Amino acid sequence: MAAHQVTFPVTDPAEILKLRAGDEVIVQGHIIGIRDRTQIRIFDQGIEPPMDLSGAFLLHTAPNVRKVGPGQYEKLCIGTTTSARMVRFTEGLGSQYGVRAICGKGGFPDEAIEPMHRLGMVYFAIVGGAAALETTQIEEIEEVAWEELMPECLWKFRVKDFGPLTVGIDAHGDSLYREVQNRAKQKLEEIYARL
Amino acid sequence: MTVVTTDLDAAVADAAAHLYVWALKDIPQDLRDALAEAAGRETSVTGQRVLQTILKNVTVAEDEKNLVCQDTGIAVYYCKVGEHFPLHPARIYAALKEGTERATVEHPLRSNTVHTLTRENTGPNVGYRVPIVHWDFVPDWDGLDVKCVPKGSGSENMSFLKMCVPADGVTGIKKFVLESIVGAGGKPCPPGIVGVGIGGSADYAMHLAKEAIARPVGTHNQDPLVAELEQDLFGLLNETGVGPMGLGGDVTVLSVHVEHADTHMTLNPVAVNYQCWAARRASAHVAADGSTTFERDA
Repeated sequence: MAAHQVTFPVTDPAEILKLRAGDEVIVQGHIIGIRDRTQIRIFDQGIEPPMDLSGAFLLHTAPNVRKVGPGQYEKLCIGTTTSARMVRFTEGLGSQYGVRAICGKGGFPDEAIEPMHRLGMVYFAIVGGAAALETTQIEEIEEVAWEELMPECLWKFRVKDFGPLTVGIDAHGDSLYREVQNRAKQKLEEIYARL
Repeated sequence: MTVVTTDLDAAVADAAAHLYVWALKDIPQDLRDALAEAAGRETSVTGQRVLQTILKNVTVAEDEKNLVCQDTGIAVYYCKVGEHFPLHPARIYAALKEGTERATVEHPLRSNTVHTLTRENTGPNVGYRVPIVHWDFVPDWDGLDVKCVPKGSGSENMSFLKMCVPADGVTGIKKFVLESIVGAGGKPCPPGIVGVGIGGSADYAMHLAKEAIARPVGTHNQDPLVAELEQDLFGLLNETGVGPMGLGGDVTVLSVHVEHADTHMTLNPVAVNYQCWAARRASAHVAADGSTTFERDA
């Protein structure tokens, strides 16, 4: 398992293709916070997001923030939510907006594997609940759109040494989650036989 | 009497406000020990990466005086009310609600509570029937014990109920717990505490499962048969290889807690309620004169 540094947004697809399921990744640059209601607005209500998502790293989050001025927010505690609820948006994010990475906790179900393979995207696993640490790695909230969805707005964060993340699903059709689940299900058969 | 009652209102509200924030920032020592022990025996690379990040996060939360996890949860309180405690439970409820609201506004904490159909936010972590409060009444006593368990949604979404039939027996119970935890994978932020409620009725089994997750790691059910089931399940679940955050590894759960109730001869309910690794809980004892003592487990 290799360790990588990647700066987002990415312009070179090779930056994504070098990542393999299980690898460790530290992220620099800018990442975009997004959640259930944000994606419902984009895809179910057909409203164009007012931020450029090409080459982007999306983080499944709804941060605790303090308003310090019009459109300006200070971070209080920023952590990551369960991704599985939002898996159906994967294909659209990649094909329509050019998103390259989706980061959340708990993993994406197998239906994300094919679109991520086809579109050259990765899923990054973060450690759920480790929000105190994550907050220190977010340097600044640079931009907020759709404030009326608070806290499920579109957030642009500048990050430094964001991670460590684990590549959960890579752009080559491999998923660590599928692998772990398959092994666990085999193990269950063994366990059931001796109960 | 009126003065005493007014003071008690304030004492209970203050206790709730303090407990909510305390629970969110400072996870219990038994959890810290269990996490450190887990890091000591985890052999997978991804599992170690996750556990080391968790341990670092607990320290950072302490240093930065920040919340351990951004999910401030749904506020759940367990109250044990002495029969001679001079404040009626209706007033205790109002005070718990006030304290929750105050902590949310003053800290400030993220407000998670929404109307279940419109999904519109209903206020600072309060709403219709929120916070959720469970009651126990104690004869021959004049005190009040309050335990606050802010429950994150990632783990609460991984709750499962099965009405097994009597012929499924203990094997049926074990299979259901195993398939539930494997199916949950990384979603509830493993390794955590698996709460299992058996017996009673459908609703009561889930209530018991929730009560079970609020017990400290290292405690066992007093009934030796049930304690044995806890041990068996702990061993079996850690054989599944789900691992920290579902990325594979030796440590899938930190502890299994089972609570039970006698049941109908044709019932065999099994409920599973998961508690994430940041298993947050904090307690207070409020005396009849309003003086309050904070303890992890009152």
